[in-house]
Amino acid sequence: MIQAIVFLPLIGALIAGLFGRQIGHRNSEYITTGLLIVGAVLSWIIFLPIAFSGGEVAEGAAHVEATKVEVMRWIQVGDMDLRWVLRVDTLTAIMLVVVNTVSSLVHVYSIGYMHDDPHRSRFFAYLSLFTFAMLMLVTADNFLQMFFGWEGVGLASYLLIGFWYTKPSANAAAMKAFIVNRVGDFGFALGIFGAFMVLGQIDFDGAFHAVEGAKGTNINFLSWNLDAMTVVCLLLFMGAMGKSAQFLLHTWLPDAMEGPTPVSALIHAATMVTAGVFMVARLSPLFEASPTAMTFVLIIGAITAFFAATVGLVQNDIKRVIAYSTCSQLGYMFVALGAGAYSAGMFHLFTHAFFKALLFLGAGSVIHAMHHEQDMRNMGGLRHKIPVTYAMMLIGTLALTGVGIPGTSFGFAGFFSKDSIIEAAYAVGGNAGVFAFWSLVIAALFTSFYSWRLIFMTFHGKPRHDAPSQDHAHDEHANDHGSAYDNAHESPNVMLVPLYFLAAGAVLSGVVFYGIFFHDIEHIEHFFNGAIVIDHEILEGAHAAPIWAKWSASLAMVFGFIIAWYMYIRDPSTPKRLADTNPGLYQFLLNKWYFDELYDRIFVRPALWVGRLLWKRFDDQLIDQTITEGLGRRVQNVTAWVVRLQSGYLYHYAFAMLIGVAALLTWAIAAGGLI
Amino acid sequence: MNFDNSILTLTTFLPLLGALILLFINGKDEGSLNRIRWIALIATLVTLLLSLMVWAQFDASNPGFQFVVNKPWIGDSIGYRVGVDGISVLFVVLSALLMPFCVLASWESVQVRVREYMIVFLILETLMIGVFTTLDLAMFYVFFEGTLLPMFLIIGIWGGKRRIQASYKFFFYTFTGSVLMLLAIMGMYWNAGTTDISKLLTHEFPAGMQTWLWLAFFASLAVKMPMWPFHRWLPEAHVEAPTAGSVILAAILLKLGGYGFLRFSLPMFPDASLYFANFVFVLSVAAIIVTSLVALVQTDMKKLIAYSSVAHMGFVTMGIFAGNALGIQGAVFQMISHGIVSGALFLSVGVIYDRMHTRDITAYGGLVERMPRYAFAFMVFTMANVGLPGTSGFVGEFLTMIGIFQINTWVAFGAAFGVIFSAGYALWLYRRIIFGSLTKENLMSILDLNLREKLTLYPLIVLIIFFGFYPAPILDATAASVNALVSQYSAAIDAPAAVAAAVAH
Repeated sequence: MIQAIVFLPLIGALIAGLFGRQIGHRNSEYITTGLLIVGAVLSWIIFLPIAFSGGEVAEGAAHVEATKVEVMRWIQVGDMDLRWVLRVDTLTAIMLVVVNTVSSLVHVYSIGYMHDDPHRSRFFAYLSLFTFAMLMLVTADNFLQMFFGWEGVGLASYLLIGFWYTKPSANAAAMKAFIVNRVGDFGFALGIFGAFMVLGQIDFDGAFHAVEGAKGTNINFLSWNLDAMTVVCLLLFMGAMGKSAQFLLHTWLPDAMEGPTPVSALIHAATMVTAGVFMVARLSPLFEASPTAMTFVLIIGAITAFFAATVGLVQNDIKRVIAYSTCSQLGYMFVALGAGAYSAGMFHLFTHAFFKALLFLGAGSVIHAMHHEQDMRNMGGLRHKIPVTYAMMLIGTLALTGVGIPGTSFGFAGFFSKDSIIEAAYAVGGNAGVFAFWSLVIAALFTSFYSWRLIFMTFHGKPRHDAPSQDHAHDEHANDHGSAYDNAHESPNVMLVPLYFLAAGAVLSGVVFYGIFFHDIEHIEHFFNGAIVIDHEILEGAHAAPIWAKWSASLAMVFGFIIAWYMYIRDPSTPKRLADTNPGLYQFLLNKWYFDELYDRIFVRPALWVGRLLWKRFDDQLIDQTITEGLGRRVQNVTAWVVRLQSGYLYHYAFAMLIGVAALLTWAIAAGGLI
Repeated sequence: MNFDNSILTLTTFLPLLGALILLFINGKDEGSLNRIRWIALIATLVTLLLSLMVWAQFDASNPGFQFVVNKPWIGDSIGYRVGVDGISVLFVVLSALLMPFCVLASWESVQVRVREYMIVFLILETLMIGVFTTLDLAMFYVFFEGTLLPMFLIIGIWGGKRRIQASYKFFFYTFTGSVLMLLAIMGMYWNAGTTDISKLLTHEFPAGMQTWLWLAFFASLAVKMPMWPFHRWLPEAHVEAPTAGSVILAAILLKLGGYGFLRFSLPMFPDASLYFANFVFVLSVAAIIVTSLVALVQTDMKKLIAYSSVAHMGFVTMGIFAGNALGIQGAVFQMISHGIVSGALFLSVGVIYDRMHTRDITAYGGLVERMPRYAFAFMVFTMANVGLPGTSGFVGEFLTMIGIFQINTWVAFGAAFGVIFSAGYALWLYRRIIFGSLTKENLMSILDLNLREKLTLYPLIVLIIFFGFYPAPILDATAASVNALVSQYSAAIDAPAAVAAAVAH
């Protein structure tokens, strides 16, 4: 069954990609989508029995081995034995459900969204290829197979961001995504090398068993004598930072919104960007061995959650707001991982996939309705025009901001998972814990603010379609702004039905799975069955968090809503006034803390400058003109002579010289032999 | 002489036979030109078939030389000795594999002196295969240096505008190094009393002598590789060479350097190899980082790919001198893979060069609009160049890096930057040529791959992806010989007295 789940998308991708022209767009769409739906159904068939196999806990720590299916050999050299193996345990099952569900819904949605694109079969081939790579990632049984999936999703992401290849901005964004991810992979790769050296194993089970022995040992890394597990984990985490767009390596994610919106929903919200979270959870036995690395994860997560939320406050592009929100929510997940509450991190990953995909696809529906307008300043009042989309976006927003009543089981998905994380952060304690806790609470306020700001600017108020577009023109329909609102239309059912499914997930996934992911430690233990480390102390600490800590996120959420309501409904002139009175802060946030400019100055331009310097000065001037050609001028005469000899009897010449060399050599050796 | 024993001789000299036949064909009219092309193609294809038979009959569990022929030839010292082991057998196959593609790539693009062109190529093939099959040091030198001449002629006659300068530079660099190697070969003969490589492999050279021999071989091999900073001839040579010349240059001739390190430097001069390992590492990392940066700013497609070749060869030298199974297996794999990938990249450049007659990157853009099949092929090759897992380019880079990490983390750290930079220059090239709007007038009517071009590019796509997912055929073939080499090397350098002597120098 697992083979079918993993390889069906690949088959779909190959059919649509290689034979798309022959079989036509329609067939490509149906084949890829159909195969994906089959995969999604099979994934749920695997997942549900694991999730609901009753609450009774197996006696002792009866550790059941993960199911493994070997496909074929890969790289066998010396002590290293790498095989293509599909591994299924609880962690994989969760990811299978997330990936295949969202992917199949996005496939269906894309049939509507991309209906007039001339390269649809290529688009579906890429989508399915992405799904395949992602499935290889989550079913990996060794570091390198994970790396394969990791880079594979990177490739698919690159291809999909740059799908509209005539747009220079899309090409630039695609390259940026790939290269920034490669910076992360630089660390990931070194981490794999380090893990292999320290643990002596490249498959996960072997490595996990070896961790105990490696704990506390030191290795020499770059002439420093450092704690082995800390080095390995930090290097591996660098990969996670790249893929999951964490602080410092986040710059590619907002730009990735240049891709078609279904891509943003699938890759840059629900699945690929959560690969980093998955990786840390999968490698939890390694990270547990290094408290330093855990603290680092916690702090990076907290900074990202806060930083991305602040930038999200002022963005005007509807997709960019959601992109920064994704970045921020990924920060939440890493805080959970850094706290040691891996199950809570996975819980948020699970719920987030539904409501964030819902928000993105909803935004896609808005953009579709507005004829590719993405600037929220040119929207407004759309709730009358596209009521279904509005309702879906509302559900997504309620889930994202975490609406619910603490202490009860009433609440949207994000309420349960996000509050779990905030409680876990509280339970960490210490400086890092306090920092993480307050970062997350403030980020929750910001989240609520920008989410409602998005809803109010897009769906409420008066249509602002006359407002001149101040942003760069995203759209080829720049001319018909005036009529965009009047022509706005609800999306077809093929686009709306996926939204209904995701909305159901956004409402229910929290309350249904709260127990097995966070609330009931015995259930967690039973559910995960050894797939991740379960830290009882931190979970009990989180459950025992004081009432004010448990309410803090909800209060922050309410504050955020009130502020947004005041600024965008009650008194819509406030935002402009605030921006005018704090121009420095506003520009700082609007320009995303100037990271792009900074990186351009300190990395991109120097690299090119050094490259040019080495080329022109070192290669051309020093080596070539000074050294080689100095000697060369004398020999040029010889060359001219060679050229004269060429005409006609080339091969004579070639043979003559060959024989000459041979004769010379023979003489030399023979003479030598006589001595 | 039964078939088993003569198969290597056949493989080596069959192309020469083809060249001899071509001598008797008068290439004046179109019909006979086509006959020449077909004969060359058939000769290379039969050679390929023979080399595949060698591979098929090769016993991978045997670390020693196989299909050995050992006959006295010139005096007592120089013999006709051939044989292959796990390290060389795949290079024979690689050389034979790429030749048919070269003939196909030259089918239409070469119109002057077709007969001579094909003859030179066939001679070159014999010489290249000879380098890998010979087991006699003197013969090795002849073959090794012999490859210079045809290549010199290919660049000098069928090359681009600055071909004379390029061919001179090519000759100058490689020949200077070779003179030193010749001296070293004589020295080895005086010391060991034989030129039989299989005997030399077990001969222990005095530690002091090893240093000098190692340096002399290094002078020649480092230029061939080419290692930074001896690489300057390569971009020039590539730029001016015709497509097939570039393919052979990048795919095979560069590998002679790596093969030489594996065949001579490491097993015959182990103490010196250990002593100079750090020196090689520094140059390797410099090659990876520096030439990658230089590749970033190139404006000429072929130059860009040439510089990226230098960077990829940095992984090879790094892996070889890591001295462990991971590193060396990785280095061999990287060489085979780079042979296929760089060959494919130069063939791809040739496709559009034949149409537009310019290598200037800015002259292109938006080709995907008119050439979707080409865009797909070029994407696969680009990704293999970048070292994406699932392509053959990844396996070698990964193995060499994980091998070196055990030895020296600084080197692995530096080499890993190649992972970032390669993505930079390769994608930047792809973006400027393939993506974007098709706005340039003269590109509007450009045609997608024709049948001949499909035949040259598609098989390489299949190979690149196949070996990315299933590298076992290559790794299995090399495993036994590499393990033997590694244990020999580590045994030699573990002998403390020898180490002390080497360090004292």
